[in-house]
Amino acid sequence: MKSFYLYIKELFEGICNLILGLKISMMNFLRPKVTEQYPENRKTAQHFDRFRARLVMPHNEKNEHKCIACGICEMNCPNGTIQVLSSMVEDPETGRKKKVLDKYIYDLGTCTFCNMCVTSCPHKAIAWSQDFEQAVFDRDRLYCQLNAEGSHVESKTIPTPKTEGKQNTSTVNGQES
Amino acid sequence: MFDFSVITCWIDNLLRVEWGLPDFWTLAIEFVLVGVALLTAYALIALVLIYAERKICGFFQCRIGPNRVGKWGLLQVVADMIKILTKEIIPIKRSDKFLFLMAPFFVIIGSILTFAALPFGLGLQAIDFNIGVVYILAVSSLGVIGILLAGWSSNNKYSLIGAIRSGAQLVSYELSAGLSLMVAVVLAGTMQLSEIVEAQSDLWFIFKGGIFAFVAFVIYLIAGHAETNRGPFDLAEAESELTAGYHTEYSGITFGFYYVAEYTNLFIVAAIATTMFLGGWMPLHIPGFDAFNAVMDYIPTPIWFFGKCAFCIFMALWVRWSYPRLRIDQLLKLEWKVLMPITLVNLAAVAVAVTM
Ligand code: SF4
Ligand code: SF4
Repeated sequence: MKSFYLYIKELFEGICNLILGLKISMMNFLRPKVTEQYPENRKTAQHFDRFRARLVMPHNEKNEHKCIACGICEMNCPNGTIQVLSSMVEDPETGRKKKVLDKYIYDLGTCTFCNMCVTSCPHKAIAWSQDFEQAVFDRDRLYCQLNAEGSHVESKTIPTPKTEGKQNTSTVNGQES
Repeated sequence: MFDFSVITCWIDNLLRVEWGLPDFWTLAIEFVLVGVALLTAYALIALVLIYAERKICGFFQCRIGPNRVGKWGLLQVVADMIKILTKEIIPIKRSDKFLFLMAPFFVIIGSILTFAALPFGLGLQAIDFNIGVVYILAVSSLGVIGILLAGWSSNNKYSLIGAIRSGAQLVSYELSAGLSLMVAVVLAGTMQLSEIVEAQSDLWFIFKGGIFAFVAFVIYLIAGHAETNRGPFDLAEAESELTAGYHTEYSGITFGFYYVAEYTNLFIVAAIATTMFLGGWMPLHIPGFDAFNAVMDYIPTPIWFFGKCAFCIFMALWVRWSYPRLRIDQLLKLEWKVLMPITLVNLAAVAVAVTM
């Protein structure tokens, strides 16, 4: 009798669980679909913030970047993807020699998107862009120069907005500690 | 309700009286016409079901399914069909050649034969046996012979294991399927499919038969679903353990036969459940609501039939995409320890209730 009772109990519990399963899959059935209809929605397509499409060097509105040509990213890159070409220029005010970025060459074809360069840069001078449409017909076009023509490093003397100043100091501190 | 036998009688009359053909030729021409009509229906139903399955499966997984070939991917199945027709049939060394090539036809013929007795609408039934239920049960499970032959003749361990599993599955689940259909037979008092449908003209069995009919309907859906080797019961092909089970060695159109037969078997199970419990092509009639019944009669009978089939098929797909695959011991336990006793008790109870 006990076993019969258990059998009936198990039966009803089983049926309840099966119905629960059906309910969950029906909820999925009615949920909005996640499929991206790519070529149609290329104008509105949203990408994740962490998506790494291509390395870029953000410039501000005065055509200034933050790269001081220290070469840390170049050294950290496991694939030799980055080439930092720099030259020594004398500072007209202090008269001291200073490294200045000439060309920042990035080879998209060999990059493995490991993010080492971005994390190791002490000035947050480089970042990732989200434009994933990077297919080209010619391999040479994968070599890109990241610093814009005629750009120069952001000068510390010009007062920068508060938030940016804070950001800069924090990175410097982070580097020291 | 439009009686489709008007059309068939007109054709018969045309052949016999107008053209004055002898009996033999009249019958021969009619057989060919019926055969062509059924085969066309067979192929179309398979195509529609493959599309529906892929779309619904996509929806259950939060995708939108095929959406590139044609509007909403409607031509996807046609493209797939052309692909499968143009593929090479690879002959297997040291296989039993004759049986190997014969097996797909067994599977196909098993399901085509069932079509002959299904009432698709008022007057749309090729043969109306007085033992229609027994006939349908017999031929719809003929396909398993094809599966066993395929497993045996492939000379491949995976195929053989898949085929044996399928055999064990069919032998067990056929019992519940048959016995649960008997509930509808007891309620109708006949085994003739047309009369079973006729007996549901006041109210469908699923409503009229109360809890008994409902239990029998659910059990038939489960058992029938298990017989089609799909969903949580697909351990005959179990791609993760047996590559593709009994049809591992098949390619091209011979594989296509298994593929098509799988979908038409799905339809056949739905069609039998519809005929026996949901009133077949019979519109929804509620006793006492004459105006409502008259409105329902305006909807053509095939639409009722296929609509109810679509409902049953959707249930099958819903189950398929909800549950993980059963192990063979779980499968047999479910049948012999759960479904079988319930069906027997249910059948006994309904028999007592009807005789009282
Ligand atoms: S992501 Fe990695 S591979 Fe690419 S440039 Fe940066 S360090 Fe080099
Ligand atoms: S990008 Fe950063 S790490 Fe690389 S050279 Fe410029 S400042 Fe140094």
